[in-house]
Amino acid sequence: MHDPIADMKQGSAPAPAPAGSSRWGDFVRHNLREYGMLISLLAIMVLFQWLTEGTLFQPLNLTNLLLQNSYIVIMALGMLLVIVAGHIDLSVGSVCGFIGALAAVLMVSYDWHWLPATLACVAMGAAIGAAQGWLVAYPKIPSFIVTLGGMLVFRGLSLALLQGQSIGPFPDQFEHLSSGFVTELMPGGSLRITSLVIGLIAAAALGVASLRGRAGRLRHGMEVEPYAFFLGKTLIFVACIGLFSYLLASYKGLPNVLIVMAVLIVIYDFVTRRTIVGRRIYALGGNKNAARLSGIKTERLTMLAFINMGVLAALAGLVFAARLNTATPKAGLGFELDVIAACFIGGASATGGIGKVTGAVIGAFIMGVMNNGMSILGVGIDYQQVIKGLVLLAAVYVDVYNKNK
Amino acid sequence: MPGPARHDSFWYPKNMPSLLEMRGIRKTFPGVVALDRVDLSVKAGEIHAVVGENGAGKSTLMKVLSGVYPHGSYEGEIHFDGALRQFSGIADSERAGIIIIHQELALVPQLSIAENIFLGNETAQHGIIDWYQAHARTQELLRKVGLREPTTALVGDLGVGKQQLVEIAKALAKEVKLLILDEPTASLNETDSDALLQLLLDLKGHGITCILISHKLNEIGKVADRVTVLRDGSTVQSFDCAAEKLSEDRIIRAMVGRAMADRYPPRHPQIGEVIFEVRDWRVHHPEHAEREFIKGVSLNVRRGEIVGIAGLMGAGRTEFAMSVFGRSWGRRISGQVLMDRREVDTRSVAKALAAGIAYATEDRKGYGLVMGEDISFNSTLSNLRAISKSGVISEGDEFRAASEYRRRLNIRSAGVHQACVNLSGGNQQKVVLANCLFAQPRLLILDEPTRGIDVGAKYEIYTLMDELARQDKGILMISSELPELLGMCDRIYVMSEGRFVAQLPRNEASQEAIMRAIVNSGESLTEAAHA
Repeated sequence: MHDPIADMKQGSAPAPAPAGSSRWGDFVRHNLREYGMLISLLAIMVLFQWLTEGTLFQPLNLTNLLLQNSYIVIMALGMLLVIVAGHIDLSVGSVCGFIGALAAVLMVSYDWHWLPATLACVAMGAAIGAAQGWLVAYPKIPSFIVTLGGMLVFRGLSLALLQGQSIGPFPDQFEHLSSGFVTELMPGGSLRITSLVIGLIAAAALGVASLRGRAGRLRHGMEVEPYAFFLGKTLIFVACIGLFSYLLASYKGLPNVLIVMAVLIVIYDFVTRRTIVGRRIYALGGNKNAARLSGIKTERLTMLAFINMGVLAALAGLVFAARLNTATPKAGLGFELDVIAACFIGGASATGGIGKVTGAVIGAFIMGVMNNGMSILGVGIDYQQVIKGLVLLAAVYVDVYNKNK
Repeated sequence: MPGPARHDSFWYPKNMPSLLEMRGIRKTFPGVVALDRVDLSVKAGEIHAVVGENGAGKSTLMKVLSGVYPHGSYEGEIHFDGALRQFSGIADSERAGIIIIHQELALVPQLSIAENIFLGNETAQHGIIDWYQAHARTQELLRKVGLREPTTALVGDLGVGKQQLVEIAKALAKEVKLLILDEPTASLNETDSDALLQLLLDLKGHGITCILISHKLNEIGKVADRVTVLRDGSTVQSFDCAAEKLSEDRIIRAMVGRAMADRYPPRHPQIGEVIFEVRDWRVHHPEHAEREFIKGVSLNVRRGEIVGIAGLMGAGRTEFAMSVFGRSWGRRISGQVLMDRREVDTRSVAKALAAGIAYATEDRKGYGLVMGEDISFNSTLSNLRAISKSGVISEGDEFRAASEYRRRLNIRSAGVHQACVNLSGGNQQKVVLANCLFAQPRLLILDEPTRGIDVGAKYEIYTLMDELARQDKGILMISSELPELLGMCDRIYVMSEGRFVAQLPRNEASQEAIMRAIVNSGESLTEAAHA
């Protein structure tokens, strides 16, 4: 943080860029929140790796961990936008369950082909989001109330659709969406080469993108992080992705869902950081009046955030149903809480305008690793909830404390 | 009632008891002296008017008196009702019998009249409210203030005039000795205003002393016994209405009589064709749709011209500007907006911006900036397309644009990535202006562009305005500071109660002329209608 008092003094010259070690210190303080999250996630992983005596990082468990959390991560991407826009969506768990039920009815009871059924489900998610978003944006009903209503409506509708029964199994192709793995092009051997190669390419792409971004910033004369720091950080990221792919490749390879999730994360990260629509959502949540006076159509943008949430909730519902290979009346129960908690642990502000896609993803994995680790340790569902609740409170407390300091 | 022992004010006879004596009040805020050497003496049983321009220190003085600024945060002495008082808060001053009724009423619209009157002052036994007694007493109070409404009526269903009466009834319920009314008739129509003034005279008959803060000199003439004039945070004069025939001219001269220093850049306007025109603009209040707030306003601005809109707070200047700019205020809006003599659509902010109109708000924090975001975010928000290709913002273009405006407007910061919340008021204002300019407007509406910023930053903003005018842009400037309007504008419209009551070219404009137009607006309206 710059010294705000010194900055406020009229007439003080722009502070020269401090050199040497103080720049490092400055930099770490600036980005403490961002890297603090990541460090917490790593610390929690290491902690559980040790507590579970090495079970956490076993390829089988790692694969499960990803599959178990994919739908939370997918919904957290949408929830982040809703929260940044200054709203909340409590209905995502119910919508998730309702879409799963709809998919089952279409594909199993009515024998639809999986592709049109999937498209119909996603369209239904968009329609649900549009309806709720309209109520929030135009008649200006508080989103808490609108989506509380939606939560009840869609929970009820999924019960009605399934008539209290479970429906399944799904067609094979559909099931593959969630429980399948990237097809191995070079069979034989214990290592899934194709998956490993995809992982390594992704790692390399990340490294190249970082380098190019930094070069661009330098070219425009913008301030950049210290070179050593940048290099170290990028290498660690690249190495982590490489190691991760290796571990997964030594089991069944990259899960299809991981690919979907990774692509979505990259897209949403880009949209929030670099596009006009992303920028406008932050302005909307940060100061609605200022956004409006800058020509932003705040109502339409609010509705868009909810439509997007509906689509992602539908996608998560499909992934979840495919993973269980049945649609059950209880699907999606309580998901909204995990999703919202992921965003707040990830540093989003309940008053809007603040939050990052990467933060929400890390938040989701912090929750996921704790769920997984505590289950392996045999911690009961009762204390699991207590611990997760306390972690949420602690994360937000640290945020608020840092802000008021 | 015996007078205070040390009562020695020289311009009043010593035998007259004075209820309130404020002596040598001085109140400073960081960097600003709001009040300096203010004396105010109010005699028991009189109606005492306090007048002054916006920013003269009237409200600050009343906040000192009522304990909003507690003892210790100001210098000077307050003697009230025969004792030296050191109020620690509003509750403290209310106990002593001083009650303020603010311009913005402090009633809860969802509660009934009786509930409002006894809010925080409930007649209760063991925590259980005695509603029979409350309603009985309310009825009695309503009779006193002449309000014929059931005590169970919701305050939100009453008009502003009646709400004002409820506020006064609420004050009476608290055994008031000194009633302070801050611009009580600002939002009332003539009938309601007259009724309210009559009520003040009735209350005076019952021995209630009253301080009336008002801009409307004709009202003051009707009811006040004495008038104290504040200017630039000091008492300049006190008049006794009984002893001398008081002319409005004398009060106006006392209110504005200050030399205009060389605080404005020299201007050599080159005024061209009409660039912006508004015809017969009418706007209704967003909450009270039946109330016409802007009543048929027409104006024009020429290329290279700086046009001012003068008026008191609540005259409708900001509301007019925001309703023109993308219908950001009000309902049932009608009228025409023309740019370069062609009618343009300004029904949304995006359309207004596209038509070449930009608006810089008076409320930086509420409407101007996303405070948590940095200079670069805020100074490009109005025209993100200019720094992006197919929806993707170019970091480099953004940085270049923000740096360019930071340099041009001389925004003092550690770089374009400093959060706006950490900037001074003047620099925040420059970011607001940068965001407006970034939309490449041909007409800028600047609403109180120098409010709350220091003299140096003011001069920079005046210079920028002159520079923009020389680039053939039109500028419409709303300001409550008359010297600033006179120093910068080529033409000034005077607004009062939703209408333009005068239009003064530079050589005819003076503070006296503007104030006269405002205080005479009641009479001149009929003339304007015939003209």
